[in-house]
Amino acid sequence: MSNVEQMLTLNLKIWRQDDRNDKGRFVDYKLEEVSTDSSFLEMIDMLNDELVKEGKDPVSFDHDCREGICGSCAMMVNGQAHGPNALTTTCQLHMRSFSDGDTIVIEPWRSRAFPVLKDLRTDRSAFDKIIAAGGFISVNTGNAQDANNLPVNKENADRAMDAASCIGCGACVAACPNASAMLFTAAKMSQLALLPQGEVEAAERASNMVREMDELGFGNCTNHAECEAACPKGIDLRNIAHMNREFLKSKVSGK
Amino acid sequence: MPSHNYFTSSIGKKQITAITGLGLVGFTAAHLAGNLLILVGADAFNAYGHGLISNPLIYVAEAILLAMFVTHIVMAALVTIQNTAARGKRYYIKNRSGHGETIASMTMPYTGIIMLVFIILHLINFKYGAHYETTVDGVVMRDLFKLVVEYFSNPLYVAWYVFAMIALGLHVGHGLQSSLQTWGLNHPSYTPKVKMISVAYGVLVAIGYSGLAVYCYFLN
Ligand code: HEM
Ligand code: FES
Repeated sequence: MSNVEQMLTLNLKIWRQDDRNDKGRFVDYKLEEVSTDSSFLEMIDMLNDELVKEGKDPVSFDHDCREGICGSCAMMVNGQAHGPNALTTTCQLHMRSFSDGDTIVIEPWRSRAFPVLKDLRTDRSAFDKIIAAGGFISVNTGNAQDANNLPVNKENADRAMDAASCIGCGACVAACPNASAMLFTAAKMSQLALLPQGEVEAAERASNMVREMDELGFGNCTNHAECEAACPKGIDLRNIAHMNREFLKSKVSGK
Repeated sequence: MPSHNYFTSSIGKKQITAITGLGLVGFTAAHLAGNLLILVGADAFNAYGHGLISNPLIYVAEAILLAMFVTHIVMAALVTIQNTAARGKRYYIKNRSGHGETIASMTMPYTGIIMLVFIILHLINFKYGAHYETTVDGVVMRDLFKLVVEYFSNPLYVAWYVFAMIALGLHVGHGLQSSLQTWGLNHPSYTPKVKMISVAYGVLVAIGYSGLAVYCYFLN
């Protein structure tokens, strides 16, 4: 790796699948003249331009913001969610992280709860269902109050803010050996439960979100911490411990 | 969908696996402490064993232990089956991050099964094994020491025993800290220490039990 722009020739091995029911297969592509300054998604754009010129079906992948905030760009790059670099999404990954002649294997997220729609695109609406089950505040909080009426201690404010940085990309599920969605669910629970407005419904929220998560067919956390390592936003396992406590409390209180 | 309650929920099953696992961790410590009497001598070890089985409370303790084992295994099996199903199609390649999975965490179901086999054989060999007799301070009692030394005269038996104890060490090395996390105990400054203690405990247990087996081999 150097800071001087170089041109790479790459061997790509990409998962191609026509639709939900297709069995799918890997297809090999050779791509030349890839700048080390381009992003990983730009590299796939280049490939797609060539495929379109040849009259072939371009590789379908999700992307939107291309700056690490929307969580769309889900893909396994060489067996790692969003590629080899810590705290980055695929759109933030640059080709300078690769070397000339590398073979890059690109696969969709694999989880029963995230069925493949086409190629690298998966249906991640399961996450929306978890949110819809309780990842919100429905108590009436009245008019905007004077800021200091509701004191929030610094630690809780920081932890809630950290949890709220989750972009719902699904890397935690993809990286977890058990395809567990506990890091996501926990972050979405903690960001609310740590603050006074969200605390009111904490018990129902914990109970409902965990029920939804279980029914969608995600696995159970066995504390490997692969999710934490894969998370582009650095959401940590402490959130899962918090969720475990909230869930226990909700069941003890009969929610 | 079957009804969702604490016992059918993901977190509930994990917490039950964890609490029974912690109980079993306590048992492994107590059992090892008892076994250390082998170092003191035959009479001390036999008298200790005799004291245990002559106490009527032993039946209560055994019942609790059995219940913990069965519950632990059933819950862990359910969790493992669901986890395997949740992945669906496997990855073509999957690289670990290096800061997550460990050999111990990856092998939990396997080390568990090794222990299950071990425990069954262990009960057949020792608890329900040959009944030698000895007399300590005028009391007639079972000579477990003789039986133990006899079994460990076979190097293959020692090797299998050591293998199973390494499995135990790995299992509790991950399990101890994992069960605290599962019960919601995670603290930025204590958790790293708890993880170290957990691994140290696993190593200690593996070395402790294996060491005694090797010691008995050399008594022959
Ligand atoms: C001396 C006997 C045993 C002890 C001390 C023990 C201890 C533990 C502990 C403390 C945990 C952690 C729970 C958690 O992660 O929250 C655990 C998990 C587990 N145990 Fe055991 N266990 C024993 C026997 C067994 C047996 C016989 C099996 C299987 C046949 C088994 C299978 C499992 C599995 C699959 C897990 C879940 C893995 C995970 O959560 O990471 N264990 N055990
Ligand atoms: S495209 Fe938005 S996070 Fe990558």
